[in-house]
Amino acid sequence: MSDSKFKNPIVAWIDYRLPVFSFMEHELHEYPTPKNLNYWWNFGSLAGIILVIMIVTGIVLAMHYTAHTAFAFDSVERIMRDVNYGWLIRYVHMNGASAFFIVVFIHIFRGMYFGSYKSPREILWILGVVILLIMMATAFLGYVLPWGQMSFWGATVITNLFSAIPIVGDSIVTLLWGGFSVDNPTLNRFFSLHYLLPFVLVGIVVLHIVALHQHGSNNPIGIDTKSPQDTIPFHPYYTVKDLFGLGVFLILFFGFVFFAPNFLGHPDNYIEANPLVTPPHIVPEWYFLPFYAILRSFTADALIYLPISWLMSAKLAGVLAMFASIMVLFILPWLDHSPVKSARFRPLYKQFFWLLIIDCIILGICGAKPAEAPWTYIAQAATAYYFLHFIVIIPLLGFFEKTKPLPTSISEPVLKGGGGSSSAASTKPMEKA
Amino acid sequence: MASSADTAGEGSHGDGDGETRRDFLMLATGAFGAFGAAAAAWPLIDQMNPAADTLAVSTTEVNLEPIKPGQRVLVKWQGKPVFIVRRTKAQIEAAGKVDLANLPDPETDAKRALKPEWLIVVGVCTHLGCIPSGTKHGELKGEFGGWFCPCHGSHYDTSGRIRKGPAPKNLPVPAYEFLSDKLVKIG
Ligand code: HEM
Ligand code: FES
Repeated sequence: MSDSKFKNPIVAWIDYRLPVFSFMEHELHEYPTPKNLNYWWNFGSLAGIILVIMIVTGIVLAMHYTAHTAFAFDSVERIMRDVNYGWLIRYVHMNGASAFFIVVFIHIFRGMYFGSYKSPREILWILGVVILLIMMATAFLGYVLPWGQMSFWGATVITNLFSAIPIVGDSIVTLLWGGFSVDNPTLNRFFSLHYLLPFVLVGIVVLHIVALHQHGSNNPIGIDTKSPQDTIPFHPYYTVKDLFGLGVFLILFFGFVFFAPNFLGHPDNYIEANPLVTPPHIVPEWYFLPFYAILRSFTADALIYLPISWLMSAKLAGVLAMFASIMVLFILPWLDHSPVKSARFRPLYKQFFWLLIIDCIILGICGAKPAEAPWTYIAQAATAYYFLHFIVIIPLLGFFEKTKPLPTSISEPVLKGGGGSSSAASTKPMEKA
Repeated sequence: MASSADTAGEGSHGDGDGETRRDFLMLATGAFGAFGAAAAAWPLIDQMNPAADTLAVSTTEVNLEPIKPGQRVLVKWQGKPVFIVRRTKAQIEAAGKVDLANLPDPETDAKRALKPEWLIVVGVCTHLGCIPSGTKHGELKGEFGGWFCPCHGSHYDTSGRIRKGPAPKNLPVPAYEFLSDKLVKIG
């Protein structure tokens, strides 16, 4: 104990018995990080911070919220009008959900652009996709709680997706509802699960970080770190960079919270749920729009439905396609077998990457429009392209793309050949050299 | 494990017997454990199904007296809307004449209405559960004069049958009986 690396005797005493400080020292300070990470690497820690913000504001909201169909809407209005700072807490929670998705979508596309899902980070990537799925479930459940018209009809349409399952579909829907329509039992269980899932998320985020720290971060040029020359300690270099990014994020975020808190919401959700009147135009929250567009693309007369029309109804096809659009991410590490990670050295992949981004934006726009021509046709084409990208283009690129030569080390492009193997003599990390 | 028992069985009798008995015990224990886990899980799953009080309020009686020919009304049953239509002669005839071959979910009108004058259907779109418009005066009735679901564009005819759009099935006919000429019990 006397040779403890901690000077503070209390810290040393505790660490000898419960090595939390060693753990933090190891994971934050000693943890070697590629020295060339750019700002796209900010979004992981940002997502983690937003998760904490959501849990804190959510627990506080739950102190005033009533999960009963007769009181839910009014209890949220009471939070907005009467509870001290209730408006602030709710707007942070509401816009926090949107911010969470923006940040996580950017985080995912970052991974795609720089090939972060490739060996040895497949499980890290898969855990990320699981996080996305649980986030989507949590946000869907949460959106039902204020019990507005969009809450109610969103819940109705989404739970009805399960009725597309052959034979047992209707029983499953009744099981989900706990009745014969979305009603009080449904609201109650949704609240229970909405409270639970964020903590499941925390657990999976921990695994995600364990997997990350096993092999360390990928980096913009996508080649492994080879010598201490290529890395810097996470703290203070990236803690300060992450904090700067957080500051920028918070300015934008509170810009929304204070000046346009309902910009991303739908006014119909300020009308209390009415089980006997469907609003003429129902739309999900913006982060579900691309998936909603894929769901609606499968109609009986759609070209993309023809090849499978003998196998299943258009309704089931739409539901399966919507889930498949996320499931395909699970196998992305194996669909893409190009040995080169970063798009910087993959001229063709880089272009297809941007096409995919455009495709997703088009899907999002179609999801917001009513289901009529020309939007249905645009959505169908965009859906076809989405799957084409993953199932056909990505695997083919692995065979046919001519990639650019890779630098030999992360330091090489900076030091003009001074880094990498030649300087292996310097065993100390950069910052001490 | 089974394979090691097999090879051992070939070599010496005694050993082989012991191994297969152990295999059997392992399998039996595993099966028992799995059954027990499923039995323990079932109450935790089934609690989500409709509770007794929810099931108890499952029928609704409707007085048909005030409904005029051609009028449509909406009543609530099991938390869901039910459309009741007193159909005119012309509407009944039109619904009966439809060629079944043209229907995505073929059903005769006669099968869907106990008494042709009264059409009673659950007003929940069979696509994803929105309420089709057309019951209230002035609402869109769709291309076939029945109902139109605004959510993803499904058209139903005057028999509540799906004619066009993503919905796969006709509007379901709930169980109902006429308690008297002017009183119907739904459920
Ligand atoms: C992954 C983290 C979370 C996400 C993405 C999320 C998302 C949402 C969303 C989208 C709403 C609807 C906001 C509105 O339109 O009013 C909501 C409401 C709510 N959430 Fe969360 N939430 C999260 C975590 C939590 C946690 C941990 C709790 C703790 C109990 C919680 C409690 C509530 C309550 C009580 C409401 C209803 C009040 C309201 O509508 O503002 N949330 N949530
Ligand atoms: S719910 Fe009626 S068309 Fe989709």
